[in-house]
Amino acid sequence: MALVNPATTREAVARQLRGGRADIAGLAFRALLLVALLVTVGILGILILDVWTGGWSVLSERLGSFLTGTLSSRSERAGVFQGIRGSFWIAMFTIVLAFPLGIGAAIYLEEYAPNTRFARVVDVNIRNLAGVPSVVYGILGLTIFVKVLGSFTGGRTVMAAGITLAILVLPIVIITSAEAIRSVPSGLREAGFGVGATRWEVIRHHVLPYAAPGILTGTVLSLARALGEAAPLILVGATTDFLGGGRGSLLDFGQLTERFTALPIIITTWAGRPQTEFRSLTAAAIVVLLVVVLLFNAVAILLRNRYEKRRR
Amino acid sequence: MIHQASREATATDRLRAELCSTGGRHRREQVIRNLLRACAGLSILISFLIVLSLSREAWTFVSQVEWARLVDDGWFPRRGIYDVRTLLAGSVIVAGIAMVVAAPLGLGAAIFLAEYAPPRLRRTLKPLLEVLAGIPSVVLGFFALTWISPEIVQRLRPDSPQFTLMAAGIGVGILTIPLIASIAEDAMRAVPAVLREASYGLGARKITTTVRVVIPAAVSGLVAAFIVAISRAIGETMVVFIAAGATGGSLFTMDPFESGQTMTAAMAAQAAGTDAVRGAALTFQSLFFVGLLLFLITLSLNVVADRFVRRVRQRY
Repeated sequence: MALVNPATTREAVARQLRGGRADIAGLAFRALLLVALLVTVGILGILILDVWTGGWSVLSERLGSFLTGTLSSRSERAGVFQGIRGSFWIAMFTIVLAFPLGIGAAIYLEEYAPNTRFARVVDVNIRNLAGVPSVVYGILGLTIFVKVLGSFTGGRTVMAAGITLAILVLPIVIITSAEAIRSVPSGLREAGFGVGATRWEVIRHHVLPYAAPGILTGTVLSLARALGEAAPLILVGATTDFLGGGRGSLLDFGQLTERFTALPIIITTWAGRPQTEFRSLTAAAIVVLLVVVLLFNAVAILLRNRYEKRRR
Repeated sequence: MIHQASREATATDRLRAELCSTGGRHRREQVIRNLLRACAGLSILISFLIVLSLSREAWTFVSQVEWARLVDDGWFPRRGIYDVRTLLAGSVIVAGIAMVVAAPLGLGAAIFLAEYAPPRLRRTLKPLLEVLAGIPSVVLGFFALTWISPEIVQRLRPDSPQFTLMAAGIGVGILTIPLIASIAEDAMRAVPAVLREASYGLGARKITTTVRVVIPAAVSGLVAAFIVAISRAIGETMVVFIAAGATGGSLFTMDPFESGQTMTAAMAAQAAGTDAVRGAALTFQSLFFVGLLLFLITLSLNVVADRFVRRVRQRY
């Protein structure tokens, strides 16, 4: 009555089935796939390390004056304050315009008009908009918000840029919010209707709170995207040369109708300078941008993971 | 008793009045509904405005340019030389290099995550890919210029300049890896487990199941991933603008180890650094012409990719 360990039996059967040979092809394939993934992650590591070591001299010596200083052709004095201010206002425009409009559109598509012709047309349209290259949004901004509505935005200003980027991320906000709203169980709605709530009351008090983490994930991701974009800003007229005076505080509303710059624009300009001092300045500016963008991304990923766990 | 009954009656009346009213509550519903409908309709207005703003100036360009100038020696818009082939060649080269880099890495990562990775490993590796997806393209442009160019490109061919289409292409490729990986992984995870189990039941190994069953079943999604990635690579601006040089214009080249321009980078270069887009008579309008071309190319790629994605969804 000797008991045989089941694992031993399994091994023996598996070996017999393979005809005694080890599965070399299988192992090699698996190793190859793992290498592909590790190379990808490795590139990410090299990139972050490269930027971090490149910018370390500036960040360790004068982080304060780098963050609060203004643009200068003298590398030992140059700072990114105007870039931070421009990026801050672009984020504000995205929050104020893209979030409510995008979430509103998602609510309409999912709650009021699912499977209607209007919803299908808008749905296809939004997916196409999401694939339009960002420079093309720059053309839209240049034509509509700089030229046609120039008297309102003041031309090549942070307002025109902010509206342009809000429109750029609108499809992302709509798609992710619609997905979050779609995942709300219909029992929740029916219970609401059953006790006499109107459609809006059901949405306001039951659907939106339930979908909130998902919607928040999408909006945070879209904000990160808006902060990292540079191409549309170049078309709209971001500059590092024509900034008048420009030491006003972060919240000064007057600068909304003045020439502007943003962090990605400063990075682009500095990356084009041949001097080595500017190389470390560029790396330092990238570290500042990456800290903000990756922080937003991390928040979004964490939010989504928690929210997926709750669903299970 | 009488008092309470009358109180109940008024309560019922009030409730009935509230439920039947066409007043406040109903009107508010209508207003909200229309507001939300306007939000949804806004996207159509945006599409319309994009097409309008592109085509108006593009039409001016097409109707006034000397056609001989469109097939000339290179792209120098400020001098009135608009050889579109130069830009198309640049875009094709960059997108091609990007796909050579991104397709094997992205697909390999996707197969590993979808078929091989134990759940715990997947939970740690997937967010890393998402971090890579979140890196702004200016950052990859700088990386392409300061690391890829000296460490990879100049090792492949020592005499190549600092600014090359090769370095830009590799940078764009890195940007599209997470895109391919995520769409391809979704496609493979959508393949029903029954197919895999049937394959194992017949005695197939893991590799046979993956290569002969799962990948063919998900092929539409994989094709879609590649097409979306090509579209993204063609539309990518900043990496090429920073790392491929030739911001003043470019001669026609098919050599990836030279500096050059793509459609996107040419547009950015034309608008950057000057207070207004200026130069020869049609310089400004050529920006819109290239933009329209870019818009049409990426749009048709996306429409084709969408067909493939839908095919996966319909089958399973």
